Order: sequence, then structure tokens, then C-alpha cells
Amino acid sequence: MTALDMQFKESASRHALAGSNVVARVEGIRKTYYMGSLAVEVLHGISLDFYSGDYVSIMGPSGCGKSTLMNILGCLDQPTEGKYYLGDEDTSTMEDDELSTIRGARLGFIFQSYNLIQQLNVLENIEMPLFYQGYAEVESHEIAMSLAERVGLGDRVDHKPFELSGGQQQRVAIARALAVDPLIILADEPTGNLDSKSGSEILDLFDELHAQGKTLLTVTHSDELAERSMREIKLRDGEIESDERLNS
Amino acid sequence: MSDLTVDTPVQPRSNAGRQKPLNGVNLVRFKKITQVGIKSIFSHGLRSMLTVLGIVIGVAAVIAMLAVSEGASYEAQQQFRDLGASNILLKSVKPAEVEENSRQGFGPPQAVVYGLTNADITTIRDTIPGVSNVISSRIVKKNVWNLGINTNTDVVGTTVDYPVSRNYNLRAGRFFSQAEVRDHANVVVLSDEVANALFPIDNPIGQSIKIDSDYYNVVGIMESEGFSNLGQSQAGSSNAAPSRIFIPFTASKSRFGETTMRQTAGGMESETVELHEAIIQIEGQESVIEVGEIIEQILQRRHKEVDYEIEVPLALLRQAEESALRDQIVAGAIAGISLLVGGIGIMNIMLASVTERTREIGIRRAMGAKKRDIITQFLVEAVILSGVGGVIGVVLGVVIPIIISIFWGMTTIVTPIAPILAFSISAMIGVIFGIYPSMRAADMDPVEALRHE
Repeated sequence: MTALDMQFKESASRHALAGSNVVARVEGIRKTYYMGSLAVEVLHGISLDFYSGDYVSIMGPSGCGKSTLMNILGCLDQPTEGKYYLGDEDTSTMEDDELSTIRGARLGFIFQSYNLIQQLNVLENIEMPLFYQGYAEVESHEIAMSLAERVGLGDRVDHKPFELSGGQQQRVAIARALAVDPLIILADEPTGNLDSKSGSEILDLFDELHAQGKTLLTVTHSDELAERSMREIKLRDGEIESDERLNS
Repeated sequence: MSDLTVDTPVQPRSNAGRQKPLNGVNLVRFKKITQVGIKSIFSHGLRSMLTVLGIVIGVAAVIAMLAVSEGASYEAQQQFRDLGASNILLKSVKPAEVEENSRQGFGPPQAVVYGLTNADITTIRDTIPGVSNVISSRIVKKNVWNLGINTNTDVVGTTVDYPVSRNYNLRAGRFFSQAEVRDHANVVVLSDEVANALFPIDNPIGQSIKIDSDYYNVVGIMESEGFSNLGQSQAGSSNAAPSRIFIPFTASKSRFGETTMRQTAGGMESETVELHEAIIQIEGQESVIEVGEIIEQILQRRHKEVDYEIEVPLALLRQAEESALRDQIVAGAIAGISLLVGGIGIMNIMLASVTERTREIGIRRAMGAKKRDIITQFLVEAVILSGVGGVIGVVLGVVIPIIISIFWGMTTIVTPIAPILAFSISAMIGVIFGIYPSMRAADMDPVEALRHE
């Protein structure tokens, strides 16, 4: 068992305290976009609880508001109405700086198009969130190194993103999302740009993370992903259509 | 919901031990951001180089232009300084009307009398306090002979203080002495040109030259550098230094007399001039301009016509200094404009860079970068670009004037203030023109930025 595995175990136990294990809660979230004089409400009052160590997939047709929900859950956007608690903090009243801090410290992002920074090599990309959290250089190096090994890219740390395949790039992004040991890992169509083989590899990695007690929240069109998840939430027209628990 | 804290008591992360403070000036963080900036500068090599070039040209132009104009004004001022800052120079000139008649050669034979007189000088010396010395000179054009070689030159009859008062140096030998002046001695000091013309091989000192029918002993040779013709010594025209030789004032008077005869188209013409030049030395520079005005008033009263010129080198020096300052302001402004253009270039590049890196900004924001982190990153980049440009510009700006001096022989002076000024302006430009693009970068909506292709 590596030191990192220990860290995962430890964090799982830290977040899942006895009694309750809700890591995030949205209450009556509404989001309205204004296009000129036209107001379009995208989310019509959504309330959800997310539990520690859960593996959730949010599905729905295009335009159902799942991206908007994801942005709000990712503290990239604020709801027009309603509350969003992340851990023990109410984020709906936060200033920009506090939102930045909470994004960096408590959330890990995985995007469909990987979103690695092209000028930086693998190691530097993984280190980036640590840098904004003010980690010392030596320590962030150590963490990034062990995470690179963890996702199977220990021998490619000085490669630039364009020298890697899509699957490899996505694994770098996963390592980056794990760097600060976040409360929730948010994945937006993580396999959308990948062929089925690398896609399954990524999903295997997700299964491992889930097994280690990480909380995963994904938005996807992929049935494979949805089937592997523990809980499937379906959105339609800005409302929850269904919310069911799968596979025990 | 008050029960939420009870319901979901997820503990804040307890990793206080390994986390550094997020606020305040963090040197490590700043170092890291600087590295990010440098990296992105190098990843756009050509673009960065062109940007830097704008600043390099601006800074180098500021320094070089100031150096050249400073050198030019120093040269101009030096010419007036050579005339002696505590001197007032007087010169006899033929009145305009007489000059006109004699040039046309009409009318009856003329006997012209004009110019400064010994009485003028005595009056000036005796009535104006602060006049420490007056050196009067007579200048007669003569053919000067050494055996078969001859040259036409101005023969200046003057007193012993002449070279000191005009800052002239002797190259060899000595100037004539007080005793020789008293004795009307036939001694002569040659200027370089005349010495070279008459004695191409021999050492002239100790030899004799012949003027009219008299022989003069050569006792010294004067450096001709710095000669300036009285009355024409506006900046730039004094390079027509006359070749001159110097004999005692008394000798000039007794050998040549005060009247010169000249053959004209219409007959003979005589000119009588007592003194051609006078240098009035004043004690202390403060009163020079004032004394100059008094002398002018005295001469106005004593002369019916304006047959004299008065020149106060200090007043001209002041004028030269003023015009030099004007020149410098103009040169500085032109160079400053090019620096400004360089700055706008930086802003342009930074704005392009912000647009091009919108995605990166979004990623960094998602990963926890605050607005001020983004501002710092882009600002650091702009400051590095302009700083590097500034350093290269300063080096070029110091080297270019040296090259100009070597190849064109112009005097250039790089004052220490010019590089400092130019460099701080370029650094400031980096900040000022970097702020707007970096603000724009930071103000982007992270969601929009992430969606940007």
C-alpha cells in the first residue's frame, strides 16, 4: 500500500464522519439567464444531496440544464436563487476570491477536452492546483510525482500534453483533479472525446477512485458510465426527472 | 437551514500542517508566477522578440538622442567658453555707409577714420569699476616671408596677456615679454598654420621671418585650435579660424602705423584705425553682462556712427544654454513618442495574448486562481517584456553614441540620468500598458473562458 493509498483512505474517513455523510447540498436552485429583455430560466428549483464516497452520474438531453447545474456545483457560477452548501459552507453568498479558494481547495475538475495547459509539462499541470493553494515546491513536487505514477504516467512527467494520447491526457487531468485531495471530483463528459478503449480505461480508474472512497460527480451522455455509477440522476427541462440508486 | 450544520458536519480540511498561508505577499508564489510568465514569453519567441524590439528602439533612441543633443550643446557652449566667460570683446568695424561707397569705388579719394580708439579704452578702464585688464590689439593684413616662401596673414599687434585672456596655448617657445613690448622689439609668435606654411621642414623657433622690410625673430608657436574670429563667433562659424601671427603692440604701431593705404578702382583710399580689437577682462562673472551694457552706453556716447561691435560671450553662452535645453526637450519628446509607441505595442501583444489564452485563464480560475493571481501573471509578463527591452535599450543607447563619436567625430555625452530615466519609463510603460490587459483577463467569466475555443 503506497503512501497515497493511505492518504485516500484517510481522506475518505475524514469526509465521511459518523452519523451523516452529505458533502454537498443544493436547495431550490434556480438559474435564470437574461438575453436582452428575455429571461430564460434554465433550472427550476432543484434540490439534491450528495453523499461522501458516492459515484453519481447526471444525465439528460442537451439543453436540460445539466451543464448549468455542473457549473454551479463547481462554484464557477452562482445560482440566481437557492442555496448551495459545499462541506459546511454556504457558497451562494461568497465573493469571487472565496469562490476561487473553495474551487481550488475542495473541488477537482475533469473536462471533456482535458483542458491541460499546453506550455506546461505533465508534472507542472498536476502541480497547478497545489500552487494556487500555496504548497511548498518540494511538497507539491512529491504529490504530483506520486499522482503521476498513480495514473500510470510516472515515466512521462516531462512530456508536454501534445505529446500524449487523449487517454493519457485525460489521466493527467484526473491526477490534477486529485492533487489537492478534494471533497468532490466533478467530471464533465470525461469520456466524450475518447475512443471506447481509452474511455473504459478512464472508467476503470474512476472505479478505483470510487473504491478508495472518493466522491465522484459526473455529467455524461455515456450509458457505460451511467451503468457503472452508483446513482443516476436524470434531468429534463431544468427539473429532476428521476433519481435512482443502482448496483446496490 | 440551521439544521444543515448538524446534519452535515463535514469537517473543514484538517491539513493545516502542510498548507501555507494564502494571503499576503508570498515570495515563493511570486517566483512561481514569474516563472510561468517567462515560460509563456519563451513559448511565443518571435512575438515576444518583436514586442521587446519596440521598447529597445524607444529606450535606445531616448538615450542616444539625448546624448547627441547634449554633446552638440556642449560643443556650442565650449566655443563661447573659449572666448572667456569673464571677457567682453570689442571690435572695430567699418561703418556700413563707408563700406558701401568704398566697395563701389566711386566718389573722391577717401580718408576713412573709424573704430575704437585708445581714448575709448582709457575711459572704459578708468571709469568702470571691476575692469581688471584691457588687452588691445591691432590687426593688419600682411605678406609674411621666409626666404622665398610667403603667406598672407593677419598680423596681430597685442600685449602680453593676450593668450591667457583667450585661453590660447603655446605649442612651443614662449609668448613675447613685457620688456619686448616696451622696447618695440621685432619678435613674433606664429600660429600653427603659418608656421607650417613658412617652415615646412625646419623648426621655426629662433629663425627669422620678414614682414615688409623688417625681420622678426620667431620666439613661439601658438596652437591654432580654439581661434575664433571676433565678431563672427556665432556657434558653428568659428571654424574659419584665421591664420594669425602675433607681434608686440608697440612694434605694430611703429612699423605699420595706424593708417593703411589701399588701391581701389577710383584711386587711393586710406583707412585709419587705432585699435582693431580689445578684450576687456572683468573681475568675477556676475557683473559681466551688466558691465557689457555700461560699455555699450559709453561707446554710444563717444561714437557718432556704430563703428564698433560689442560681444559678451557669457550672454551668448546663456543663449546657447537656453537653446540647448529647447533642443533637448524636442529630442526627448520625439524619443519619448517612440517609447510610447513601444508601450502600445506591448499592450497590443498582451491583449492578443489574453484572447489567445482565454482557455488557459479559465482553467487556472477553475483550479483556484484568484483574480489577482491572473492579474499578477499577465502583469509580470508585461513587466518582464518591457524590462528586458529596457536593459537591451540602455546598452544600445550607451553604445550608439560611442559609435557616432567614433565614426562621425561628433561629441556625444551620455549623462547618467538618461539611462536611468529611460529605463524607469520603460518599466512604467510595462506596468501601465500591462494593467488593462491583465484586468481584462482576470475579469473574464470562468465559465465563458472554459468554453472558449
